[in-house]
Amino acid sequence: MIELRNVSKWFGDFQVLNDCSTKVAKGEVVVVCGPSGSGKSTLIKCVNGLEPFQKGSIEVDGTSVGAKDTNLPELRSHIGMVFQNFELFPHIKVIGNITLAQLKVLQRDEKQAGEKAHALLERVGLLDQADKYPAQLSGGQQQRVAIARALAMDPIAMLFDEPTSALDPEMINEVLDVMVELANDGMTMMVVTHEMGFARKVADRVIFMDEGRIEEDCTKDDFFGTPRGARAQVFLSKILQH
Amino acid sequence: MLGNFDWKVVTDNIPFLWQGMQITLLLTVIAILGGIFLGTLLALSRLSGFKPLSFVAGTYVNFFRSMPLILVIFWFYFLVPLLLGRPVGGFYSVLIAFVLFEAAYYCEIIRAGIQSVREGQVHSGQALGFTYAQNMRYIVLPQAFRNMIPILLTQAIILFQDTSLVYVVGVKDFLVSADLIANRENRVLEMFTIAAAVYFVLCLSGSLFIKRLQRNYVQ
Amino acid sequence: MNYNWDWGVLLQEPYFDWLVSGFSWTITVSLVAWVLAFSLGSIVGILRTTDSKFLRAIGTGYVEFFRNIPLLVQMFLWYFVFPELLPESAGMWVKRGMPMPEFTTAAICLGLYTASRVGEQVRAGILAVGIGQRNAGLAMGLTPAQVYRFVLVPVSYRIIIPPLTSEFLTIFKNSSLALTIGVLELTAQARQIEEYTFQGFEAFTAATLLYICVTSIVMLIMRVVEGKAAIPGMISLGAK
Repeated sequence: MIELRNVSKWFGDFQVLNDCSTKVAKGEVVVVCGPSGSGKSTLIKCVNGLEPFQKGSIEVDGTSVGAKDTNLPELRSHIGMVFQNFELFPHIKVIGNITLAQLKVLQRDEKQAGEKAHALLERVGLLDQADKYPAQLSGGQQQRVAIARALAMDPIAMLFDEPTSALDPEMINEVLDVMVELANDGMTMMVVTHEMGFARKVADRVIFMDEGRIEEDCTKDDFFGTPRGARAQVFLSKILQH
Repeated sequence: MLGNFDWKVVTDNIPFLWQGMQITLLLTVIAILGGIFLGTLLALSRLSGFKPLSFVAGTYVNFFRSMPLILVIFWFYFLVPLLLGRPVGGFYSVLIAFVLFEAAYYCEIIRAGIQSVREGQVHSGQALGFTYAQNMRYIVLPQAFRNMIPILLTQAIILFQDTSLVYVVGVKDFLVSADLIANRENRVLEMFTIAAAVYFVLCLSGSLFIKRLQRNYVQ
Repeated sequence: MNYNWDWGVLLQEPYFDWLVSGFSWTITVSLVAWVLAFSLGSIVGILRTTDSKFLRAIGTGYVEFFRNIPLLVQMFLWYFVFPELLPESAGMWVKRGMPMPEFTTAAICLGLYTASRVGEQVRAGILAVGIGQRNAGLAMGLTPAQVYRFVLVPVSYRIIIPPLTSEFLTIFKNSSLALTIGVLELTAQARQIEEYTFQGFEAFTAATLLYICVTSIVMLIMRVVEGKAAIPGMISLGAK
């Protein structure tokens, strides 16, 4: 479904991604973790072409992301993405946030888009918030709306870029619950997160990144079970300590 | 058409233009210094807890900011001789007009600068036992002015451009000198093009310098 | 101070008419120039936020050109120099043939100049909305143009209502520069009354009050507009 081959990326002289290769199969849930500045957010943004990369190739469902003639808007409309800071559009009501791209990109009609939006809001437990503006919702609620917004496009895969790191602790679970449910429904997911509980529960594979490199890429059981490389050990001991 | 551009009229009159430029620069520098001094007093007044003082300063600022600079220049060109009871020449009138006018703009810049210093800094100064004046002098104003340097410099460029408005009362600054030559020699095209080019080069160098300064700040 | 007060002079003919006509010209020049400044400034500002190096350079070049030459000099360039650069017949038309050459030149000059300032505000507003919103729009499959149309522009123009208001007031005040090429707007008429009657105090006071009135009214109206445009739940980003 998603395949990265030898992807490298520089910001000026600074190399943020160094020869990264991995695959996400259909229905698979892959968690990407690593210390801050390790390039994990950059990597996931390369997958839908939000960040350009200089070397290597990325294919999503057979389409090359980096190729010049690729219709990026069309490709992105099949991949859902959820951001660290939610990025709901502040000037549009919750319902409008979920219908906007359905209307303008998928050319669905108002009725169809509205029904879809309501169904998804019900699924994330926010049907009663449809007519509010994003800033009137709590962080956890906003992130659930953002997930609904991405799902409204009927994506073939979902990308999550640290979806819970901007949330207060008491709101993290309401978002993770929605994600777990999604994973159990068989959605293909690539998730940048530090939530190791989530990884243990639903991940098929775990990727550990450090300094722009993929240091570990193994099954969940291998990652948490057998001793890994020194860096991953240190990282795990730091975030699992408390 | 640049083929019949008469460079000679420009080169012949360089000393005359330089005299005008000296007036322009003198006016700019005095207006900056006077404006910042008065503007700081106004800003401190606006921020002071003493209501009548902040009201007076606020009214002063809003009054001058609602008026076109040209009208202010006319006002003082008319008022200053009347108040002094004797003619003093255009230069002193516009000088007063510029200082008082620019002070209103500097006040707002400095006020924003003072407010940009975090409250924690003020509190920590107070906790050390500084008086209000000491706190301003040693803690707040130094940080505020450092934050403001790019905006103060930008305002200086704007002020430099604004001085050209003394044209309306005929003070012989750079632009008026160019205008005099243009009319005397019937060389409007050359003189105004050169005047524009000189202003452009000076102001662009200034704004590029500010940009570099800001970049160094960030790093 | 030796001065003979005579406020009645303001109501005498023809001085009252001069003030009224000057005020109308000030308003007309300002509005026409604003329409130009707002539309062109929006384009310039948006160009400066695009991904294309070429388009960004055009926007930057425009801004740097217009804001580094004093407005008064620009006024002279358009009025005296520009017609000389045109073919002779076109130059004559600009000087004499076109309707109200002084007014038209002043309004266009003021509009082009202010467009560079409006462009800076528009750019700042769009950048303030942030890369995150742009990415979110793109990630949903919106094209870059759609991201501007549905996300960046609607949010950023709300943010920049206060600075745009002050740009309008700047145009309003700068319209006084039109007097240097012979448009008899408010400041020019006040000066003319002073020269005819020696009642400078009264004439300049009248002009000053008119400027302050318009400024206050515009600020009041824009405060209402800003309130109406505010997005529920959001602390106004532009409130300073």
